[in-house]
Formats: sequence, C-alpha cells, structure tokens
Amino acid sequence: MKKLSLIPVLVVGALLIYAADDFPEWGSPTAPASASPLSSHFISNTGVDTEVPNMVTAVLADYRGFDTMFETVVVFIAGMAVLAILKNSSGPNSKKKNFHIETEPDIIVTNTVRLLIPVIQIFAFYVLAHGHVSPGGGFQGGVVMGASFIMIALSWDLEKALARFPMDRCFIVAGLGIVLYGGIGLLSMFLGGEFLDYAELANILPVSREMARYHAMLGVEIGVGLTVTAIMFALYANLATEGRLKGGL
Amino acid sequence: MGLELFNTLILLLLVVAALIALRVKDLLTASVVFAVYSFLMCLLWAEMGAVDVAFTEATVGAGISTVVMIATIFNLKRKSSD
Amino acid sequence: MFEDGTIINELFIERLNYFIYVILLLIGLHGMIAKNNLIKKLIGMSIFQTAIILFYVSVGVKEGATIPIYLPEHDPHGSHASHGDENGTDEAVHGPVVLEAGMVKGYANPLPHVLMLTAIVVGVATLGLALALCLRIYQGYGTIEEDEILAKIERQEMRSKPSIIVKSADSSKSKTSGSDKSVSKPKVSSSTSTKRSKARPKAKAKIASTATKAKTSGAKSVSPKPKPAASKSTTTGTKKSPAKPKTAASKSTSKPKPKSRSKPKAKPPARAKATSTAKKATASKPKPRTPKK
Repeated sequence: MKKLSLIPVLVVGALLIYAADDFPEWGSPTAPASASPLSSHFISNTGVDTEVPNMVTAVLADYRGFDTMFETVVVFIAGMAVLAILKNSSGPNSKKKNFHIETEPDIIVTNTVRLLIPVIQIFAFYVLAHGHVSPGGGFQGGVVMGASFIMIALSWDLEKALARFPMDRCFIVAGLGIVLYGGIGLLSMFLGGEFLDYAELANILPVSREMARYHAMLGVEIGVGLTVTAIMFALYANLATEGRLKGGL
Repeated sequence: MGLELFNTLILLLLVVAALIALRVKDLLTASVVFAVYSFLMCLLWAEMGAVDVAFTEATVGAGISTVVMIATIFNLKRKSSD
Repeated sequence: MFEDGTIINELFIERLNYFIYVILLLIGLHGMIAKNNLIKKLIGMSIFQTAIILFYVSVGVKEGATIPIYLPEHDPHGSHASHGDENGTDEAVHGPVVLEAGMVKGYANPLPHVLMLTAIVVGVATLGLALALCLRIYQGYGTIEEDEILAKIERQEMRSKPSIIVKSADSSKSKTSGSDKSVSKPKVSSSTSTKRSKARPKAKAKIASTATKAKTSGAKSVSPKPKPAASKSTTTGTKKSPAKPKTAASKSTSKPKPKSRSKPKAKPPARAKATSTAKKATASKPKPRTPKK
C-alpha cells in the first residue's frame, strides 16, 4: 500500500523537472528575481536611508519589520502551545521513574562548561549587537543565548538550569520581547508616523533620522532575541521532561 | 571551475545524507545524520553568498533542531520499524 | 549526445542544481507519505522544508557577486569614505549618495535571504510543536508507528460501540440496551456520565484529573490546529475520519476525539456502557490494565 505512494511522488517529480527547463541560467544577473526593481532599490538605498551596512538586517528589521514582528509572535505561540500540550501530561506510557542520576556530573565537562558559558553568552550579545555590520542579528544571537542555557542543563542537570531561568520567567521574558517590538512601533505611531516608522523617533532622540532608524533596529533586534532565547530553552525543557520539569536528559 | 565542483560535491552528499536519514532504523542515528544534512546545507549557502541564512541554519538547524529531536527521542522508543 | 540544446545537456549539465533540488524535494515528500514512524515523517518534513529554502536562495544567486553587506568603499556614511586631507578641497561627495547602478550588480540579492530567514525560524518552531504532539501520542497509545496506532483506534471504536452482536457473556443485558438505539443515545450518555462520576472516586484520582485535563487540552489543541503542522494534522485527521462514521450512530461525534487521546479513561466507561452493572465495571477494570502492564 505504501508502495503506491511512489506514483504521486514521481508524478510531482516529473512535473517539477518539466518546469525546471524554464528556469534561467544558474547565477545570471539578469534572472527575474535579481533584476526586479525591488532588490535594486534595497541594494542601492539601504545605506542612504538607514546607515546600516548589512542589507539583510536592514530589510528584515526595517523595510519588512511587520513580517519579523509576526514571526516572533509565531515563535512565542509555538512555545506556549508546547507548554499547553505537555504540562501535567501523563499517560500509561510516560516515564514516571525518578531520574536519580547514578553518576555525578563529570568533572571535566562541568569545569570546561563553567569556563565556556560566559564566553558563549558574550558572543551571543556580540552577534546580536553586531548584526548591523556583520552576519548576525536578533535570531542568531537569541538562539546562541538559548543554547547556552541548554548547555547548563546538559552538563549538570535540568534543575540547575531551571534555578537560573525558571519556566514562568521564560514566558515573561518572551512576552517582554514582543512588547518591546510592538512598543517601538507604537511609539513611532504616537510621535506622528505610521506603525513601525522608525524615523519618527528622531523627535525624541538627539540623532538624525537615519540614525534613529539604526537605533530602533537595534531595539527591535533585542526584542526578537529575548523572545527566541526564552522559547528555545522552554522548548528543550518541556520536551526533555514531558512537561514535568524533573529528571530529563 | 573549482567552485562548481564544490557545489556539485556538496549537493551529492546532501542527497546521500537525506537518503540515509530516512533509511536507518535507529532514531538516534537518524537525528545525527539529519544534523549532518543541516550542516551541509549551511556550507552550501555560505558558498552561494547567503551568509545570514547560513548562520541561522548553523545555529538553528544543526544546533537547536538536533538537540530538541534527541531530547524527544530520549522519551520515546529508540528503535523504529522502518 | 552532449550537444547544446538537447535535453540531457540542458538538464544535467547546465541546470544540474535544479535537478538535485527536485530530487531532494521528492525524497522529503516520499518520506512524509510512506514512512511508518512518526519521527521519520518529521524528518521527511524537515528535509522538504530545507530543500525548498535551498531552492529559493539559489534563485537569487549572482555569479561573481559578493555578500550583501556594503564594502567599506561603497558605504555612503562609513569612515572609510574618502575624507581626503584636512584641506578644504575635497569633493562634494560626502553627503549620502545612492549606490550607482553599476555597483548594484556586484552585490547578491538580499530579498530571498530575508524571506528564507523567516522560513527557517518558523520551521524550527513547527518542528518543536510537532515533536510535542508526538510525545503526547506516545503517552496515549504506547507506540509511534502509524499502523499500530490505527489498529488501536479501530479496536477501541469497535469495543465501545454498543452493538447487538456482543462477544461477552451477558448478551441479554447488552441486547436490551443496544436494540433500542433511539432511546439508548441519551441513556448511554447519561450512563457514561453517571459511571464516570461514580468511577472517579474509585479510579485513581491522578488518572482522572489528568484525563480531564488531557480532554480539555485535547479539545483545545484539536480545535485550533495550526496550519504549519499540516503533516501531523493530516495524519491524525485521516485517523479520525474513518473512526467518525463508525461511531456516529451511537454517540456524538465530539466524544471520540478526547476518548482516543486519553486511553486509560476510555476503557472503564466503555466497558461500563456495554455491561450496565457496577460490579462488572469494577471487575472489568483490572482487565484492561493488566495487558498494558
């Protein structure tokens, strides 16, 4: 029965290969996606409008800031949904054993991790803040920061990580990130512009209009980073322990 | 010429990794091969000039996605029937 | 055979990359459809997603172009811009200057990168949610193989349907309850509610509370089923639809959903419905427990 599934797969494949014939040459600058006026506008005007050298961050946080806000909300909703599905869940097949760790946390691992974690967190802040000039930004920095908490949970045990970042605080931080993002947008609206029109912030900050966009982008990226950090750690903690927050990997 | 060769080699390794990740019967092996697949994607994008996408895939795909999948398999059965 | 313009040349040599992308898409699609294990289905879904992202990013590749970050000499406001000497004979090009058209070709197209960044992050959020659902299914059914889950659902539905042909010994009692189907509907539901309320202090309180919580969480997580988790929802959707018409005759359709999610609670009222005595309910309760242990 499952062998029958090869037929629609091969049909789809044949259709796609037939369509691949129409594509432009690999890497030609006259391809329709590259020759569109929008990309040319982004490439040529990013430096003038926002003074941010990284075009991808500028488009992500400024020109397409609305998309990024809702993407952050999607991440937040996924974390909440995982909590809702797994909290207080237990069936006949859940692992109810108390995970007494028979072996102590390894001395080499714990000492190495103890030296590494501050460096990793500083690197996460660097990636977040330097995302204007180098590859990076809010998402990448937030994920590295969340990974540092997961590393604490993996080398010692989950209780030690939860002592530093409890689950309710996770969701407060995640909500704070979205409030920060929307708050900057609303602030621009109160100052007379449109929602997420960062140039209006020049009315309260002593900088030019372009630099106002620069700084507002930083604030927005910090909001995104907060949400992503909290949700990545919450995702790991809930999945490793089936919502019980005891025991785990 | 060298860049095209690199491109083609990485693409072939991608196909091999995808096939292996779906064929092995041990779920832990499948997760690790899936991390290899994510990392090869990251290399491919870095070569194509998409550095932001490569950075994101390196952290999210080969980092968080693998860890979360292994944390789930820890609570499930490690052996799959196909 | 390898001249310009033939199919083999165009497909394999000039557009090899697109061909391999199509192969990756097909591998992911086949994995989602044909694999039995739920985790393998998720791996297939992830392979599909990353292959699509690869395709989109490669559409915006320009040969010989650099990464989409301004080079220091092109940066209109950067400090590397030629300020010249302290003498005031500099050119008037220190104000912000739009990049000329010739330079635009030297940078990669940033638009696909931006869209695919969002796609990657949404993909990992979807993966986390789908793994949580897999855990929940494992807690309820004890297995994550699709065919075993389907078999368990069918057995559950067959067992809980009050049919005339009943294999147990007390066929007379079940005939009286099953023959009058029009009256049996409110009777069945009231008997389940009474049996459930009676069974609650008898059964372990933890399982009852988790079952009610699982029911409410099951109802909550069933109704706003998120669209990106389409692969999971389609598989569970197909599981539910063959179960629905079978039991539509005997009870309301909202009941099978929470019933199939909280299996340990479903068995005692199911047995209590088929046999309407409380003694049989308590006697039959250890029966579904022991094979699981």
